Amino acid sequence: MEKRVLMKGNEAIAEAAIRAGCRYYFGYPITPQTEIMHYMAKRMVEVGGTVIQAESELAAINMVYGAAAAGARAMTSSSSPGISLKQEGFSYIAGAELPAVVANIVRAGPGLGGILPSQGDYFQATKGGGHGDYRNIVLAPASVQELYEMTIEAFNLADRYRMLALILGDGALGQMMEPVVFRDKEPIDLPKKPWAVTGTGGVRPHNTITSIYIKADVLEAFNRKLQAKYAEVSRREVRAECLNCEDADILMVAFGTCSRIGRGIIPIAAAQGVRVGLIRPITLWPFPSDVIARAAAQPSVKAVLTIELSCGQMVEDVRLAVDGMKPIAFLGRSGGNLPTQKEILQKIMKMVGR
Amino acid sequence: MQAVFKRTAGLLNIPTHYCPGCTHGILHRLIAEAMCELDILHRTIGVSSVGCTYNNYEYFACDMVQAAHGRAPAVATGIKRVHPSKSVFTYQGDGDLAAIGTAEIIHAAARGEKISVFFANNAIYGMTSGQMAPTTLIGQVTTTSPFGRDPDAQGHPINVSEMMATLPGAVYVERVSLHDYRHIIQAKKAVRKAFRVQEAGLGFSLVEVLSTCPTNWGMDPPKSMDWVAEVMIQQYPLGLFRDPKLEESK
Repeated sequence: MEKRVLMKGNEAIAEAAIRAGCRYYFGYPITPQTEIMHYMAKRMVEVGGTVIQAESELAAINMVYGAAAAGARAMTSSSSPGISLKQEGFSYIAGAELPAVVANIVRAGPGLGGILPSQGDYFQATKGGGHGDYRNIVLAPASVQELYEMTIEAFNLADRYRMLALILGDGALGQMMEPVVFRDKEPIDLPKKPWAVTGTGGVRPHNTITSIYIKADVLEAFNRKLQAKYAEVSRREVRAECLNCEDADILMVAFGTCSRIGRGIIPIAAAQGVRVGLIRPITLWPFPSDVIARAAAQPSVKAVLTIELSCGQMVEDVRLAVDGMKPIAFLGRSGGNLPTQKEILQKIMKMVGR
Repeated sequence: MQAVFKRTAGLLNIPTHYCPGCTHGILHRLIAEAMCELDILHRTIGVSSVGCTYNNYEYFACDMVQAAHGRAPAVATGIKRVHPSKSVFTYQGDGDLAAIGTAEIIHAAARGEKISVFFANNAIYGMTSGQMAPTTLIGQVTTTSPFGRDPDAQGHPINVSEMMATLPGAVYVERVSLHDYRHIIQAKKAVRKAFRVQEAGLGFSLVEVLSTCPTNWGMDPPKSMDWVAEVMIQQYPLGLFRDPKLEESK
């Protein structure tokens, strides 16, 4: 039997990063994700890596920018208010086409908000957050095991596309303990980065990393190149899980912690004669619009219910995906509260007219 | 015929965009010459900042990274930690370093990051057309202090070198000027020393370079040089604020 290790979600992120070859972590303390830095501070010593407790989230993301420009796998992590501060760096990382990984263990907002779980950073994560036309890959794990696996995947995606990959967890996932199996598929084979700044060695012209293009035509051409890359990511990297969707009466759409609650609804509703399906977006960008559209198009589906730990953010993307084919309902909790199975079930029964 | 003066290999053959009479060109040349003389050009990585020098990554022949406004010391930290055997420098102006990037410069020095910072202080925001900087002198007229900087309303200038010298991690701090050839030679020595301090692994080094901005000061270049010598130096006295006592071998 595979060895299982009981870990906190935050620790699983840190361990995964190290196993993915990340040797540079730059952070700033903020609840509920600081265990990532605690774990890194001890573990990096064993592998000869570097941990810097930066003076701010701004400095931390810019250290990531520097380390990524230098050709290394580097990451930072934070929670919502800290991620807001990092948005400047997100935009520059996109503009300079640098591979980088960030984990956002989301807490309730706006403002200083609270330290309890939330999904209220969905808009910020998937629609930009920083300035300019850019995208980040956004992964939404729903268990400690997935936090581990998706952190490794985030590094691979970041390197493959030279862009930022964001792990969007929440306070519940970061703090919960679950058994983890370290499935290391193959030895880490870091891709070559001939564009990185390493010193010319006197053997090549100088490399430059920049995000500034003063001439309109040059910048527009660069933006077209970025958009082509984002289109390729959208074609190749969409991930979603469908549970019980075939011939469902009601289709739930939920990610992360909410998808765990939604999963539990399926047998309870079935016992009451309602077939409920669940679509769990695993990539929030690129968003699994086609998956949702196909499932919603089934004649059996009466309506689609989006469940979120927010006042309604992903529901806008669900509405765009369904494009008026079926009614869209929303159930959200905020402030750090979680929806109960009872209230979700009541909502579903109302939707089917019972 | 023998060439007695030529382009340094540290600078690429690209015309700069600086205004006539601006001293950025001189400072670029000093940094480039120092890299060549110390034979570190091939293993140096520079960081451009935001301001008039935003695109000097195009001019230097070493590898270069362009950083967000004020963040160059954090970006340089990331680079240096990945390549500890390479030399890493930032080139920053007074708006970048002493206003928006105050936290980054202080903490890079506090950590004793083994990077060299070349800090061009011209007492004004050049790029955005002459606004008041943290380094603007009392009474100096700028587009955002049109009646002269009033300390009651706009505070006092920041003396960066004196402030940095309070940090143990900042092992070499010197203020130099570019207003005449004698001072340019002294500035060159300081630039070289900053690199040598880094190469010796001693800690953080910063050279503050009093610079001119004829365009936004509203003076011609010679008068600008005089203004540095006669007025600016009174607020920003030249000298060595932290000296790590290097072996005088090179």
